[in-house]
Amino acid sequence: MPNSIATNGVVAERLDKQTLADNFTDLHPPLDDHEALVAADRCYFCHDAPCMTACPTDIDIPLFIRQIATGTPDASAKTIFSQNILGGMCARVCPTETLCEEVCVRETAEGKPVEIGRLQRYATDTLMGKGIHPFVRAKSTGKKVAVVGAGPAGLSCAHRLAMLGNNVVIYDARAKAGGLNEFGIASYKSVDGFAQNELNWLLSIGGIELKTGQSLGVDITLDGLSNDYHAVFLGMGLAGVNALRADGEDKDNVLDAVSFIADLRQASDLSKLSIGRRVVVIGGGMTAVDAAVQAKLLGAEEVTIAYRRGKDRMSASVYEQDLATSKGVRILYNVQPERILGNGAAVGVEFAYTQTKDGKLVSTGETFELRADQVFKAIGQTLTGAPDALTIEHGKIAVDEFGRTSQSGVWAGGDCANGGEDLTVTAVAEGRDAAMDIHASLTA
Amino acid sequence: MANLASEFIGIKSPNPFWLASAPPTDKEYNVRRAFEAGWGGVVWKTLGEEGPPVVNVNGPRYGAIWGADRRLLGLNNIELITDRPLEVNLREIKAVKKDYPDRAIIVSLMVPCEEEAWKKILPLVEETGADGVELNFGCPHGMSERGMGAAVGQVPEYIEMVTRWVKQYSKLPCIVKLTPNITDVRKPAEAAMRGGADAVSLINTINSITSVDLDLFAPEPTIDGKGAHGGYCGPAVKPIALNMVAEIARNPETANLPISGIGGVTTWKDAAEFMALGAGNVQVCTAAMTYGFKIVQEMISGLSDWMDQKGVTSVSEIVGRAVPNTTDWKDLNLNYIAKAKIDQDLCISCGRCFAACEDTSHQAINMSDDRVFSVNDDECVACNLCVNVCPIQDCITMEQMPAGAIDPRTGEKVSDKHGDWTTHPNNPMATAAE
Repeated sequence: MPNSIATNGVVAERLDKQTLADNFTDLHPPLDDHEALVAADRCYFCHDAPCMTACPTDIDIPLFIRQIATGTPDASAKTIFSQNILGGMCARVCPTETLCEEVCVRETAEGKPVEIGRLQRYATDTLMGKGIHPFVRAKSTGKKVAVVGAGPAGLSCAHRLAMLGNNVVIYDARAKAGGLNEFGIASYKSVDGFAQNELNWLLSIGGIELKTGQSLGVDITLDGLSNDYHAVFLGMGLAGVNALRADGEDKDNVLDAVSFIADLRQASDLSKLSIGRRVVVIGGGMTAVDAAVQAKLLGAEEVTIAYRRGKDRMSASVYEQDLATSKGVRILYNVQPERILGNGAAVGVEFAYTQTKDGKLVSTGETFELRADQVFKAIGQTLTGAPDALTIEHGKIAVDEFGRTSQSGVWAGGDCANGGEDLTVTAVAEGRDAAMDIHASLTA
Repeated sequence: MANLASEFIGIKSPNPFWLASAPPTDKEYNVRRAFEAGWGGVVWKTLGEEGPPVVNVNGPRYGAIWGADRRLLGLNNIELITDRPLEVNLREIKAVKKDYPDRAIIVSLMVPCEEEAWKKILPLVEETGADGVELNFGCPHGMSERGMGAAVGQVPEYIEMVTRWVKQYSKLPCIVKLTPNITDVRKPAEAAMRGGADAVSLINTINSITSVDLDLFAPEPTIDGKGAHGGYCGPAVKPIALNMVAEIARNPETANLPISGIGGVTTWKDAAEFMALGAGNVQVCTAAMTYGFKIVQEMISGLSDWMDQKGVTSVSEIVGRAVPNTTDWKDLNLNYIAKAKIDQDLCISCGRCFAACEDTSHQAINMSDDRVFSVNDDECVACNLCVNVCPIQDCITMEQMPAGAIDPRTGEKVSDKHGDWTTHPNNPMATAAE
């Protein structure tokens, strides 16, 4: 091991392989049978359950938990998958603390919700572990649908369409399918190649063809797809990254957090990944937390998240913030970057303190410098390459409640569409609902 | 998914889960909600004769006992039969049956033990289009003080007489609901059969007082400082009900008498157990009252999954499967030798097995200084108490000793032959083995 956490610069091999393996193990290990029964036993089977209302995919949570409690985890998994075919991934990455578990009545009663996320993982892992795909395709409708983007929205849409008897071709710009499930989630939330396993399991329903390395606007066009297919669903996510608007952004070792997270997920040997001794992550969302925590786990000595507003405005949940600080990440609030310091490569960041005046965020004029040999930008992604023909709202493709875009025969969902929160589970819901509407319109 | 379609004494329903005659089936509103939730059938709450309806107390009608985490285990009630006018119930039954022709609607009845009373009400029920009648000979409180309900069910001759009237004055299939508040449930079942009943249903509720208010020194539920016994139901009564169902199913006199199983059915598994012991379908009340009508969804998915796993395609294939294995004690194989085994990987070292065995059983569990618990086969009689008190599923199991092995407790070789009390040398009545 040539380097340590105290080695200056951006270097690989700060930690030995065993430590790295331990650091990147499952954040929430799966429940065993006994743990699952005890956890399931706590569910009160609420009427019109708040957890169910809070779930963007409307999973019947009380029912699936009761099915675990009564010893039928396979039936439980079917309850989950019938609403959310990516229920396995959602069980791992959903911010349950701000969704189902936040509103659990046992959170109200005892400050400790039923562990819905982990129970969902228990059920879905059980059925998927047996290699069982619980759905069969309906009789062929003879219709063909193109789906752009093999992320959560596209996969959810494609599966539902295929299940209803349509044939689907998914186009994805990357060489590997999965979208953010494969490239955009902290490694410790999806271990052991789960995203690809889930993808293969999902595709096993049949009727879905996957074409990778096909970028919209480059290799394929909306007009071309509209001509060749009965309907098109766009779920290509957000490929662009927001700029810092701070001087020196072009210096070496100033990187996009999403690229760092993707590289980490694709790395076969974590010890080969370079990481700075002092890392600054700029942003306040889940991407910032995922990048910061993983920088720390790779062996960075100092990792700081710098967020321009207060703790209460941070879009990463309090749970995620606590996770970051428990791993040794420092979070600074109310600071914004003024410029990146250094000649050629970054050596630090100059920040200004911020305050809100008349509803606007402004600098107080007071500044300070943080040493940094690596800077990650995590201040949001933007839509790029959207077809000109489509109406754009708030920087995203405008859609109605059924996911219909401004162009007839074209639907959109997930992060690229203007709708709910940018969450995996929301994308799954939007993809599924668009599929239902596409199917209805094709079979009307 | 397995087909759960059920046919019980000629009455079809999409699944074998019926709601028992009780508050959940007292009104059209409730029954429609039940059918929307997926229940296969209902037994409408007991109708009485025409005229001013019965009245109920205006204080608490229910008492309960709870397990850990306030899980409702047993429920006691002092509610009487329907307190709504007969004509209202009949009108509603007709309306619901018309809208849900695929669901079973059975009408529970309780009128005085007079031929005229039964002769009068039966045509009114037939006119609703209901699928059958259930004779409430079980209700243990209130109505029994007036010579109805359990007061009839405790006298086999009355059961036979009333059942005969019902079969004489109506073509409707007739289920006789039995009270458990008797010593031998086979007698009323035989009486119902003699009277011409198409089936029996059991159990009705058990006489009970759930608790006592120690400030008022009065039984609960307490009405103005007084309490009366009620009828006990819910998960706590299931073992009693299972036994009574099995008693009737394996009684040669009533072996072919269809049974509708009632008593603490809460999950698919409870239902499967009742059916395995001879029930053709099940009736549910407390689970619905505790969790709402939606609870049937778990029963449906669970039973269906289990049937798929077993390769069973019809619920009728389950019925009675466990009856041949339900025997008398004297027929149990005394040559079957088992020993407790503790899985050290699962053990959490709570020591409950040790306390149970050391204090109250056979001193067959050893405890080391560092809290490792292990079984001493020299003393273990395989009583199963350690398994029952262990908080971890499958941590302690009973392992059968193979034939030919030496049981360290007795020093004797384990026989591969069946040997029960009827042939045992210690039995003065033993018959010589063939």
